[in-house]
Amino acid sequence: MSLRLQARKLACERDDRWLFKDLDLDIHAGEIVRVEGPNGSGKTTLLKILSGQLADFDGELYWNEHPMRRTRQDFLANLLYLGHAPGVKAALTPLENLAWYQALAGEPDDEAARFAALAAVGLVGFEDLPAGQLSAGQQRRVALARLELIPRALWVLDEPFTAIDRDGVAALEARLVAHARRGGCVLVTTHHELADSPALRRIRLGQGARDAEL
Amino acid sequence: MPNSDPHLARERDAVSLFGEPEGGAGVAIRATLKRDLVLLMRRRSEVLNPLVFFALVITLFPIGISPDPELLATIAPGLLWVAALLAALLSLDSLFRSDYEDGSLEQLLLSPHPLPALALAKVAVHWLLTGLPLALMAPVLGIMLALPAGSYAVLALSLALGSASLSLIGAIGAALTVGLSRGGVLLSLLVLPLYIPVLIFGAGAVQAAIFGEGVAAHLAILGALLAVALILAPWAIAASLRISING
Amino acid sequence: MWAFIHKLGSPKWFYGISARLSPWFWAAAALLIVIGSVWGLAFAPADYQQGNSFRIIYVHVPAAFLAQSIFVSMAIAGFVFMVWKIKVADMAAAMMAPLGAAMTFVALFSGAVWGVPTWGTWWMWDARLTSMLILLFLYFGVIALRGAFSSRDSASRAASVLAMVGVINIPIIKYSVDWWYTLHQPATFSVTSRPAMPMEMWAPLLIMVLGFYSFFIAVTLMRTRSEILRREANKRWVRELAGEVS
Repeated sequence: MSLRLQARKLACERDDRWLFKDLDLDIHAGEIVRVEGPNGSGKTTLLKILSGQLADFDGELYWNEHPMRRTRQDFLANLLYLGHAPGVKAALTPLENLAWYQALAGEPDDEAARFAALAAVGLVGFEDLPAGQLSAGQQRRVALARLELIPRALWVLDEPFTAIDRDGVAALEARLVAHARRGGCVLVTTHHELADSPALRRIRLGQGARDAEL
Repeated sequence: MPNSDPHLARERDAVSLFGEPEGGAGVAIRATLKRDLVLLMRRRSEVLNPLVFFALVITLFPIGISPDPELLATIAPGLLWVAALLAALLSLDSLFRSDYEDGSLEQLLLSPHPLPALALAKVAVHWLLTGLPLALMAPVLGIMLALPAGSYAVLALSLALGSASLSLIGAIGAALTVGLSRGGVLLSLLVLPLYIPVLIFGAGAVQAAIFGEGVAAHLAILGALLAVALILAPWAIAASLRISING
Repeated sequence: MWAFIHKLGSPKWFYGISARLSPWFWAAAALLIVIGSVWGLAFAPADYQQGNSFRIIYVHVPAAFLAQSIFVSMAIAGFVFMVWKIKVADMAAAMMAPLGAAMTFVALFSGAVWGVPTWGTWWMWDARLTSMLILLFLYFGVIALRGAFSSRDSASRAASVLAMVGVINIPIIKYSVDWWYTLHQPATFSVTSRPAMPMEMWAPLLIMVLGFYSFFIAVTLMRTRSEILRREANKRWVRELAGEVS
């Protein structure tokens, strides 16, 4: 399965200021791409553009060599996006939250898989509590359980390490590396320093570094 | 050792790991319906508040105008319809707001399934737990306003039909304002003018029933308005949600 | 055709062409409105029923026409913006909205003034006036929604969607209000649905309507030009225009 996300001459303007300009990206299977930059440098905006949520930008996106407009359906069927907000309903239990995501992603309804996913993120025993009673870190883990539950090639993760304890961070980092090794692809912003790995690549945003791809 | 070629193994692994989604849009729509129903049933106050508001507003009128049953009977159809319309409007602001705030809305927008259909599922739940209960409750309040006999069934039916259009039209406004912090008042400004045709024919149906005229024409027009709203509103809601997620 | 649309979409090109066009529309507007007013107010015969008060028609009807046409133009501009991403269309739509609201207000106000000699009251729930009032609220909604967004692109797209939703609803609202009015039938006659007017009465009216349309186009061109400068202030061609860059 090929996997290639490209951006050509990406530019985005906010409040009469260029967040980035002439940004060229080429992201392949097996890569972990970390988007870096100070606060307000447009990391989240870039991730939203690359995950097809924002339309207000200049430049072209290509998915597997085709313009994004034409392959949007196929792109979305391969994408797993985790935003700033975890997307977890406080009034629903972790199991119910995952059931909706499973159906939304078009996966078969599989309770065993949901239990397994929650176990993988360390939420054994919390499956049937309303998510609102869980801590922020646990809620974030419910969101991360989607990575286990829904097999998608391209992960776009906006600050996935937020509110997670040290063990969780290590497990998630290992998970990202494993995903890349299996031929998946990870696009991530984080303030947490990722350990060096051959799969890791960095993109720096911010003043003066608008087209630097280190 | 079979499959010693790591590249080959990776290829096969990738295919089995990242297969295309199997379930269709129907599964996603059903799951969304179920999720929203469960959510609203767990926060019952959100379901009950519009009903209490409806009863409260209706109570204000005899106090503010006159307890004279004859006077109340003449204005009852309009009062009931206006109060039900405002009660339905009251609950609209929360239609997409909690999803917007906890991030589920962006997940909904990134689903590979058609967004208009998913949005329609959410609106359907809103109608089922707001419009329909209001319609069922209206006859009781009709008694309190001395609504003439023979118009009760038409009142409930016209409200049930009309409130479905109100939910659909109102959802466009809710989707447009969901990203705005002070969206609530703006929502009323956007939506109320668009409610006028439904109000005219809904209240007209009850009036016609009181005068003993045929109500079929009114109900047919309410049905036609609903059909138009059903065809066009989901697309407008979907487009509006995509705009709102941009901030 | 495509090349033309894209040329039209370029703010710079639009800025140039509108500079050449707008004097003509200003001249046409001034000429037609002066001729129409003088003819309508001084030379057209008085109405056999309403006397001279009917002359308000020469303001009321053109304003009402314009109020509706501007909303439709706004929706068309919004559609063009959404489909072809032509920013000039959105700028024009943004500039039209206050003018449309103003025209709606003029139509309402002149209708109310006309009501005094005709009905003996400032306000009647006449079908036309009621529709106009609802139209005014629709304009307020579009203007308020555009103002509520912090991102300009979202504001433009939201206002476009609302204008399109509104324009689909305008005929529905109009017909239901007409139907509602005939049902309740107050004991008056509608001011503008009247027996055929003699030529000496409607000719100046036609001239006034054309004059108002020219005025609308001229104002929209002028306001869009200044909006282009405002939004493109960072672009090179605008800075060259301002003499900042040689």
